[in-house]
Amino acid sequence: MSRYAVKLATRHLLAHPGQTALLMAGVALGVSVFIFMSALIGGLATLLTLRTVGSIPHIVLEMPDRDPAILAAPGRAQVVLQKDLSRRDQITIWQPAIPIVEKTAGVTAISPQIRGSAFVERGQAVAPVGIIGVLPGKLSVIADIDAAITAGSSSLPADGILIGSRLARDLGLRVGQVVRLSSDRGRSRSFRIGGIFTLGIASADRQAIYMNFTAARALFDLPTGISRIEIKVQPATAAPAIAERLRRSTGLKATAWTEDNSQLFEGLDAQARTGAIIKAFSLVTIVVGIASAMLLSIVRRQSEIGIMRAMGASKRLVISIFVLEGTLIGLVGAVVGALAAWLALLPLPPVTAVRSGGLPIDRAQGDFLLAIALTTLAAMLASILPARNAARIDPVEAIGQ
Amino acid sequence: MSAGTIFSVSALTKAFGEGEAAALVLKGIDLAMNAGEMAALLGPSGSGKSTLLTILGTLMRASGGEHEMLGTDLMKASDAQRTAFRSRYLGFVFQFHHLLPDLSALENVMMPAAAAAGRETRSMRMRAMELLDAVGLADRRDYRPSAMSGGQRQRAAVARALINNPVLVLADEPTGNLDRQSADQVMDLIRSINQAMATSFLISTHDEHIAAQCPRRIELLDGRIVRS
Repeated sequence: MSRYAVKLATRHLLAHPGQTALLMAGVALGVSVFIFMSALIGGLATLLTLRTVGSIPHIVLEMPDRDPAILAAPGRAQVVLQKDLSRRDQITIWQPAIPIVEKTAGVTAISPQIRGSAFVERGQAVAPVGIIGVLPGKLSVIADIDAAITAGSSSLPADGILIGSRLARDLGLRVGQVVRLSSDRGRSRSFRIGGIFTLGIASADRQAIYMNFTAARALFDLPTGISRIEIKVQPATAAPAIAERLRRSTGLKATAWTEDNSQLFEGLDAQARTGAIIKAFSLVTIVVGIASAMLLSIVRRQSEIGIMRAMGASKRLVISIFVLEGTLIGLVGAVVGALAAWLALLPLPPVTAVRSGGLPIDRAQGDFLLAIALTTLAAMLASILPARNAARIDPVEAIGQ
Repeated sequence: MSAGTIFSVSALTKAFGEGEAAALVLKGIDLAMNAGEMAALLGPSGSGKSTLLTILGTLMRASGGEHEMLGTDLMKASDAQRTAFRSRYLGFVFQFHHLLPDLSALENVMMPAAAAAGRETRSMRMRAMELLDAVGLADRRDYRPSAMSGGQRQRAAVARALINNPVLVLADEPTGNLDRQSADQVMDLIRSINQAMATSFLISTHDEHIAAQCPRRIELLDGRIVRS
């Protein structure tokens, strides 16, 4: 690309500001659509993920299911060891797994838990509940209970519990009241309600009770082991791959959220593919726009091209001029479009603050640099064919001799 | 080809179209020009003047015959070699000025040299300014063609034809679009350059008044030279 080609290309663009501005505006519009669609589709996926899997673990580690052990060789009768249903599945030696999980790429939070079923009693009212015993400081790493507290506080002393708002309403419970919990291990104990939360998930708000890890140990008669390890990962869509890695590294059963929510996962995946198609069409529009503009420009400038060729300009110089013009239109148009899109998206609230009915647009997923790079590349490619046509112009015909 | 000869063509033919529909425009041209010569090429419309100039300018290939210039066989040269040859040894002035509208007079004059080199240099700029001065357009060097008169544009086109110090300038009806006064100015300019720089000129024209200012007269009729 010679300096002279750069000079002639920029001179032509600057000498026709109206036409150049119109072409660049077309590109800018295409880029804005590209960025807007990226931000909208990305934001929608984030919002759906937040709303659906934001309060659930992305991966759960549990003891693997074991087949009954064969006690005698197959013959007329097979003797196997029946699973002891009176014993709770637990991860007995769990501490060594924690650093392995923490060091795994993509893992953002980890919460060892003790879980079990119980009945909550207050007066004549009885309701089945699920108990979640969490370590200090781990209350909100899976579901953001701190942010969901609607009454009381989220602190969990040894005799304190946090209950869901639906359970509180069903049983007429308030903060400060004492209730009795009876576990499926036959142990009972009284707890004071420290806080009431609303997660927006019906099952959790109706049945979940959070309590201190030590208190849960006592209630479920688990002196050393834990029930499960809940894990958050980033991005949530990477959960299946990370779960597989964890299964291999810890030997535990690892269940990704996608296994229980395969339809949602497929929906998000289909949405991402749809977004890619829409973005590809934006690029095609830009390519077609620039190619047709360059072809028209070449028809209009035939005599110019002819005279340059007659005066000794090489085909390479002619091609360079037109490819450069197209690339500059693409680059400047893309930067302007990206800037306009950035400014337009600036006042919109983050996805986490989107209210019902609002557009979940995530500016961070706008693919600004990708849009600029792809558009510039597309503009350059779109100019090559017209430029080659220009270089093939017969100088004799073009200058009417 | 003698020592002073810059080009020679012999038995040169040019046909357009193929088969029975082919039209033979040049029917065996024999012609040579010496360095520093200034010749008028005369003939009625359709006699083949422009076609001959186009072939001599390496913008078109002849159908047959021989075409040699400065020791180069231009019939056998590749397109790229002919483009480089054109840029180095030939200058063109057309009936219409064909200046690039986005460039100033100075930039237009520099264009053939800059296109060959891939950039504009200080020496090109100095040479272009000398030429604009020689054609009386020193004060118009920053003007775009749209801001110049027809005569000024054609004089700028003559200056452009000379930027690479060509051996031969081919001028096709260079005064065809000009009034008498502007035409005389352009011819005075061509004559003075021919004498001062020893650049050869082959000028195609219908105008006897223009032809009378050239020492040599070449007449073409129906694709053949009838007087040389």
